[in-house]
Amino acid sequence: MSNPIVATTSLAGCFGCHMSLLDIDERILQLIDLVEFNKSPIDDIKTFTKQCDIGLIEGGCCNSENVHVLKEFRKNCKILVSVGECAIMGGLPALRNGIPVQECIEEAYLNGPTVGNNTTRILPNDDELPMILDRVYPCHEIVKIDYHLPGCPPRADLIWEALVALVTGGELNLPYEVVKFD
Amino acid sequence: MSEKIKFTIDGKECFAEQGQNVLDASRDNGVYIPFLCHVKGIKQAGSCRVCNVKIAGRTMTACTTPVAAGMAVENDTPELRDLRLAIIEALFVEGNHFCPSCEKSGNCELQALAYKFQMMVPRFPYQFPQKQVDAENAKILIDRNRCILCKRCIRSFKDEKGRSLFAFKSRGHKLQICIDEECAANITDEMAQEIMNICPVGALIKKEKGFNEPIGTRKYDNKPIGSDITSVI
Repeated sequence: MSNPIVATTSLAGCFGCHMSLLDIDERILQLIDLVEFNKSPIDDIKTFTKQCDIGLIEGGCCNSENVHVLKEFRKNCKILVSVGECAIMGGLPALRNGIPVQECIEEAYLNGPTVGNNTTRILPNDDELPMILDRVYPCHEIVKIDYHLPGCPPRADLIWEALVALVTGGELNLPYEVVKFD
Repeated sequence: MSEKIKFTIDGKECFAEQGQNVLDASRDNGVYIPFLCHVKGIKQAGSCRVCNVKIAGRTMTACTTPVAAGMAVENDTPELRDLRLAIIEALFVEGNHFCPSCEKSGNCELQALAYKFQMMVPRFPYQFPQKQVDAENAKILIDRNRCILCKRCIRSFKDEKGRSLFAFKSRGHKLQICIDEECAANITDEMAQEIMNICPVGALIKKEKGFNEPIGTRKYDNKPIGSDITSVI
């Protein structure tokens, strides 16, 4: 039987959760024996080439492209896991929730103290750019998410233990130290 | 000296002083009943409902219930654990609790309870309410995004005339904590630290110094909340 297939993505996140996945150190050698990676920034496969078993989602949904990718993951993965605070509750990008989008964009491109040379006062409006959502959404408010791994980032041990439990079907007994929100 | 009252928590024989409430008595007997709003020695409020226990089939708050002789208290049951977790989850979605950017993270009692119950995600939808931050006072920052309205600060800090430093204003979902600027004009650094320590969350923050303790050495990094109570006996 072939190894379970894992896909990962970073939506409105900082890639910190992916960094934390790499933080499993030498266990990464065990990981490549245990699973096969498909669409993921880790192997740079851009589109799904086959049905996957596990999808790891970093980051919440702040724009239309995030929603599109997340729905693609739901279609192509049997199990979806929200990894990290941003995927679970929006995280730091969700600090803008409650501030009107117009105000956010004007602060970023026109009025902010670090806006230096936008002399034409153009707001990004290219058709290629994804639309910003009215607020940042936790992933489980867009699609069904099967498991959640909190942390900013989730501890490498938490990601590792959860992944191994999912792949091998073993029981997951998490020590107190690995479930943290920061 | 009056006789001690005999009662049980989850079948364990415990003893209480006359008139003592279940929560304080449980602590004296080395049993941990989770709580948020209670401060030992200060009048109880019963506002957070986390210390819900079951007595004679009824759910009631341990902090406001005096111990009676022969009382059988249910504490650590699957039903009560889930009820408490639901309350904690509700508190998380009703505010804006951005743990990664909070100065109180690691020392926060709400967060510590979520750790204890291994809250992975709240069962309720996030509300993202709009709240105001009040930075007027020279020593104390009030971040209402994190306030759980437990009244600990209102009940704990009075000036020499008995006036509260903190108070509630507005009603219903607009209810919020505020500081009496006149009473709080001369808060010392030590008092600001005390205020920050009394707040179970990061709503009252001592200004000018934050993130003092490195991750890994903070109060609830390695030991679950309540360990100090259960380890006594």
